[in-house]
Amino acid sequence: MSAYAGTGRLIRLAARRDRIQLPIWILASAAVMGAGVAAVADEFPTEAGRVSALQAAGGSPAVLLMRGTPVGTDLGALVNFRNFSSMLVVVGLMSTFAMVRHTRQNEETGRAELIGSGVVGRHAALTAALTVTIAANLLLGALVTATLLGSGLAVDGSLAFGAACAVTGMAFTGIAAIAAQLFQGARATNAFAATAVGVAFMVRGVGDALGERAADGIQVNSAWLSWLSPLGWGAQVRPYGDERWWVLALPVALLVVCVGAAFALVDRRDLGAGLLPDRPGPAIASRSLLSPLGLAWRLNRGATYGWVIGSAVSGLAIGSLGAAVNDAMAGNEGASELLGQLAGTGGPDLVDVFFAAMMNIFGVLAASFAVQILLRLRAEESGGQAEAVLATAVGRAKWLASHLTCAVGGAAAMLVLTGAGAGLADAAAGGDTGVVTLAGAGLAQLPAALAMAGFVVLVFGGLPRLSVTLAWAGLALAITFGLLGDVIGLPQSVRDLSPFSHVPAIPAVAATAGPIVGLLAVAAVLTAAGAVLFRRRDLAL
Amino acid sequence: MNDALEVTGLVKAFGSTRALDGLDLHVRTGEVHGFLGPNGAGKTTTIRVLLGLLHADSGQVKVLGGDPWKDAVALHHRLAYVPGDVNLWPNLSGGEAIDLLGDLRGGLDKARRQELMERFQLDPAKRCRTYSKGNRQKVALVAAFASDVELFILDEPTSGLDPLMEAAFQQTVREVSGRGATVLLSSHIFSEVEALCSRVSIIRDGRTVESGTLAELRHLTRTAVAVEAAEPITGLDGLPGVHDLVAEGMRASFDVDSAELPGVLRHLAAFEVHVLTSHPPTLEKLFMRHYGNGVPVSEVSR
Repeated sequence: MSAYAGTGRLIRLAARRDRIQLPIWILASAAVMGAGVAAVADEFPTEAGRVSALQAAGGSPAVLLMRGTPVGTDLGALVNFRNFSSMLVVVGLMSTFAMVRHTRQNEETGRAELIGSGVVGRHAALTAALTVTIAANLLLGALVTATLLGSGLAVDGSLAFGAACAVTGMAFTGIAAIAAQLFQGARATNAFAATAVGVAFMVRGVGDALGERAADGIQVNSAWLSWLSPLGWGAQVRPYGDERWWVLALPVALLVVCVGAAFALVDRRDLGAGLLPDRPGPAIASRSLLSPLGLAWRLNRGATYGWVIGSAVSGLAIGSLGAAVNDAMAGNEGASELLGQLAGTGGPDLVDVFFAAMMNIFGVLAASFAVQILLRLRAEESGGQAEAVLATAVGRAKWLASHLTCAVGGAAAMLVLTGAGAGLADAAAGGDTGVVTLAGAGLAQLPAALAMAGFVVLVFGGLPRLSVTLAWAGLALAITFGLLGDVIGLPQSVRDLSPFSHVPAIPAVAATAGPIVGLLAVAAVLTAAGAVLFRRRDLAL
Repeated sequence: MNDALEVTGLVKAFGSTRALDGLDLHVRTGEVHGFLGPNGAGKTTTIRVLLGLLHADSGQVKVLGGDPWKDAVALHHRLAYVPGDVNLWPNLSGGEAIDLLGDLRGGLDKARRQELMERFQLDPAKRCRTYSKGNRQKVALVAAFASDVELFILDEPTSGLDPLMEAAFQQTVREVSGRGATVLLSSHIFSEVEALCSRVSIIRDGRTVESGTLAELRHLTRTAVAVEAAEPITGLDGLPGVHDLVAEGMRASFDVDSAELPGVLRHLAAFEVHVLTSHPPTLEKLFMRHYGNGVPVSEVSR
């Protein structure tokens, strides 16, 4: 067993490094579930109220796409419908990031080399990362189950809910374990694994949106597409419905297969190496690289292409659903009302309301993109590359502006192309919403993304060492307040703190200048304040 | 002519730690100035203040006559920097990194770049992530020395270079010095500093403890002497300035304060000396005198 020598110590090291981060993920998940149950109990105390809400929601592909399929009408079933799909995403991301942190990131930084020179077996690092991540999944599942039980929900359903969370996390643990063998950089590995979560969400969402309504008018049976997604498997356990325990075996099987493959890859590759050898680069830089903006684009272009293409393809998928929305909603007045509430308007045209709700989601994605791109500033600073650049004749404002340009330009391209893609697909499916209208609807989301970008610049300028945590926490809060505020029953004044609460629901309502100008002003003020703080502070190396 | 670097009473604290505690540093235009101190003495912090990357808490700092914080961009056109830890972009090639850093500084001499690339035997097509520490340093060195600037700030630039490359480095420093450029060289390699530097500053705990030409500094320290005579050598232990005396019959070895050397030689003349060897104080000894035995700052800074 010498391949596993030192695993125990590495487990303790990983647990020690994550002693704050993982408990935050786990406790926050349990807290969100506690709040979620309370909100549902508060809003829908009666069976009749829940039935009408679920009947309306089940008729809307947009709602099914975001939230998954309803499984019943009791309190737990509604909690499942409102919170389950986002909780599965949370465990997926937690597991992904934890795995990469303890595998490829160690190799990239050279820590693994130092560790590997000790009495440490070839399999120890991966085993330790798997142990810690799977333990975190089990803890999260147990704590979520305990919270649900403590809120008075059914035992079977609560067990199934927690178990599904845990095994879904394990599926992504496996995916990340393989990704960590293939890519050389931790950044690329994280991007790949997080994309896997996003793709799994889209596949599950489209499968659910295309699902078939059961005879009771409440439950929806997902289309086969949902079964291709690890997030879909978690959902198909159907806690608080007809719990299908056997489905729990699917993510576990995926974990086993992935772990086997990952160990096989570990045995075949050198420490620090990826699957593909490094190709030589150009001996002389091209003209286009030789400016702060050229460098920023070079550093960010891979991520930008990934986000823009991924988002545009999703836009095509959403656009193709437009016609289905009309069919599904014909004659369902409750659905139109609920969708109207979701989109923040009571507009009559269901397809427009659907597209408005979807564009709001793409606005969140654009904001996430901007956050990721701008945090490169901090990575360059702590990694020492900024020191080299700022010791040349490049001023701090110019350096900051070059990365900001990439973030803003990329987000704008992403939103316009996604809207245009949705418009094209809609037209191809016989819809008449219009390419220009939807591209404009996409672009209308940009000010909210820019406000988030301004927040990132502010924390980077003011609190550089905390900026990564604060930026992602700020985004998570903005999403929670703006998009899930209704789900967990937040008052309007809190929801208004999120930029996503203020974007006009184009094309369901006409564009209004007020909120857009307001968001742009907030973005400008935050960015300017962050830039001033950055110019005044020491480089935090 | 103004000094290229004028630092007086520089203080920089990080939280409760005073990294720089009244540091002085004067580098004359055109000289190669050695900047010595043990790990954690504040060399890199000083350099980052000189580059405007850190803001001084108090004290006067002038770089090429300007304020490094306010005039950072204008000054950076005129200087080149090689960091102690060269961190490059893993997916750029070495050649790209050189061109980029040179261009951001205001352009580099293409022929000179080629010449230096050959001198340092650097393969510019390799990705930066595949470079060793020494090769990353070569990238930064080529990017710096291919720039036609007045001031070079080098932070332990050769700590990863092999002896052949060390020679190439020394040759390059002599070339830029020969055309009138000023060089601040932070280093732990005494032979390198002795070979290149006309003046040195030694710092400790954020303060300057010695500064001057090598000759001046040598004068402040001890010469190692070993003698062998035809008769037993006596009386050395009574002489002023003699330390660490080991006398065994007709042989003796000891260290002597440079200022007391004439008196010791007069004393030795009375014996029939066959062999006398003496080693002038090395920079290493000088350095060790300040750091070797944990001598408090107050005793060594006069």
